[in-house]
Amino acid sequence: MSAPGKTLVQVEDLAKTFDVSAPWLNRVLERKPRQYVHAVDGVSFSIDKGKTLALVGESGCGKSTVARLLVGLYEPTRGRVRFDGQDTGMRGAERGQMRSLRRRMQMIFQDPYASLNPRWKVLDIVGEPLREHGLASGADQLRAKVAELLQSVGLAAADVEKFPHQFSGGQRQRISIARALATRPEFLVCDEPTSALDVSVQAQVLNIMKDLQREQGLTYLFISHNLAVVRHVSDKVGVMYLGRLVELADKLELFARPRHPYTRMLLDAIPDIHMSGSSRTPVQGEVPNPLNPPSGCAFHPRCPHANARCSAERPALIDKDGVRVACHAVEEGRI
Amino acid sequence: MADPLLQVRHLRVEFPTRRGTLLALDDISFDIAPGEVLGVVGESGAGKSLTGASIIGLLEPPGRIAGGEIRLAGQRIDNLPYEQMRKIRGKRIGAIFQDPLTSLNPLYTVGRQLTETILTHLPVSAGEARARAVKLLQETGIPAAEERLDQYPHQFSGGMRQRVVIALALAAEPQLIVADEPTTALDVSIQAQIISLLKRLCKEHGAAVMLVTHDMGVIAETCDRVAVMYAGRICEIGPVQQVIHHPAHPYTSGLMGSIPAMDDTRERLLQIDGAMPRLNAIPTGCAFNPRCPKVFERCRVERPELMDAGATRAACWLVGAAS
Repeated sequence: MSAPGKTLVQVEDLAKTFDVSAPWLNRVLERKPRQYVHAVDGVSFSIDKGKTLALVGESGCGKSTVARLLVGLYEPTRGRVRFDGQDTGMRGAERGQMRSLRRRMQMIFQDPYASLNPRWKVLDIVGEPLREHGLASGADQLRAKVAELLQSVGLAAADVEKFPHQFSGGQRQRISIARALATRPEFLVCDEPTSALDVSVQAQVLNIMKDLQREQGLTYLFISHNLAVVRHVSDKVGVMYLGRLVELADKLELFARPRHPYTRMLLDAIPDIHMSGSSRTPVQGEVPNPLNPPSGCAFHPRCPHANARCSAERPALIDKDGVRVACHAVEEGRI
Repeated sequence: MADPLLQVRHLRVEFPTRRGTLLALDDISFDIAPGEVLGVVGESGAGKSLTGASIIGLLEPPGRIAGGEIRLAGQRIDNLPYEQMRKIRGKRIGAIFQDPLTSLNPLYTVGRQLTETILTHLPVSAGEARARAVKLLQETGIPAAEERLDQYPHQFSGGMRQRVVIALALAAEPQLIVADEPTTALDVSIQAQIISLLKRLCKEHGAAVMLVTHDMGVIAETCDRVAVMYAGRICEIGPVQQVIHHPAHPYTSGLMGSIPAMDDTRERLLQIDGAMPRLNAIPTGCAFNPRCPKVFERCRVERPELMDAGATRAACWLVGAAS
């Protein structure tokens, strides 16, 4: 166990490239080139124990890929993930060690209708990780542990005998959380855990997640496109655009003084119930095709502050007054 | 106030099933004035989309209108034969749905779909229809509209497709547009563009809008008035700022409190325990009573109707008790 305040997860220069080339025959006959999508391209960050880092960005910016890389559902193309000082990219003989690491990190998926097996009872769904990691011996103990887990997320112990279709969306997401908590993990990766839920149910799930963090000292990586939700749950926020981090800052700092033009645009774009709407200026343009990203800074075609340097040279993530931001205009003090 | 463009009175929609009839919409009444934007909010299953579908006459069987009436500019439209309703739909009522990919035909070019709509509803020549299609695409902010006209829907991005759908809805200059979750499938930065576009175009064309969404932020920015739905009934209706900042119904206050706002510093969100009842198990009295923090005896036995609550109208006995 590591002390509070210590770095639990350290991500260095993480990258994932997907090969999306046409089939071999088409490449030969139609002379199509190989094509790659750089879904995640050199992302670095760290998460302190007991804290929440949120990743935000639009569809296709690579935030879910980062989540999957962290829990090992994808092999990184480059870079590494260190969990509590240990490298998670181990292969072969070290698989056994990986297994014990795996127990300490779990994931919650977006769609509670797709992530629970409809043919399994809740007992099996939540009990599977317990069985798999040998954390419960005998059927009675398993049942007792599952019941306890269900109660910790606000469901009834009697629910163990039910099937997923007997629950509402919010209750299903609680089952997902109970399953993720079964191995008593220290680190939870939550990929859009509330996007499929109604607002009143979203509030229930967010409150449970916050309570669990306080009680069990959990560390979260929270992925969302909803900035208001991110502002509510996170300590630190990373903003992603086309596979790269463009800004990484403490929550209050980021929302009070967004530096990167993309962050400003995102913050301007959210409709808020306390705004009348006239104050907003929607930014033109859309996210470019990731197969063929713009040169230099990927945001430059949509950026109101772009100049020649922005279209030629890719900005690095630099420290600026305690905030990490990748923007030439910010670096040069133009904005 | 001018004569209402759309009048919905005591609308009742039923779904007959083997285990009995489900009442999906129960006594819905509201008006929309010409040029007005009315928002309809509520959680999944509250009946917002059904209300929209009933108005445009696209209720999926076995659902049927079992009572009440819908009038468009004084003319009753809920009992029209299919062919007559088909002429009103598109011509006088435009529709925008959630997913732009499913509301466009993938096998026809965007131009063909637009000109076909224009030719069906307006007395123009083919050449004029094409010119009008180009103008509509330009109005919705699609660059190089002339060339884009000959492309297929898959060649457009999500935001661009939704612009095409808006152009289609506006093609025959309708008096009313029913927009069912028009921005839910889009990213936030695109969502802002589409909302301001919809708002601007409807103002320019003088069309009234019924905007169905679950996003209160969108409602706050776009609408003049808002109706909050719960379990097939309207529980509060009134001017948008009033409903958001001074809600009279406990469900509305719960809903507002559960939305994390950009400027709030709360550690916990307000939480309405439980979930909306299923249609086959709607509680007697006020449908919200098992979840209501302010419930009292009368709520459990007698159903409240909409009553005046200051600037809004709410279906709650607390309002009745106060006045």
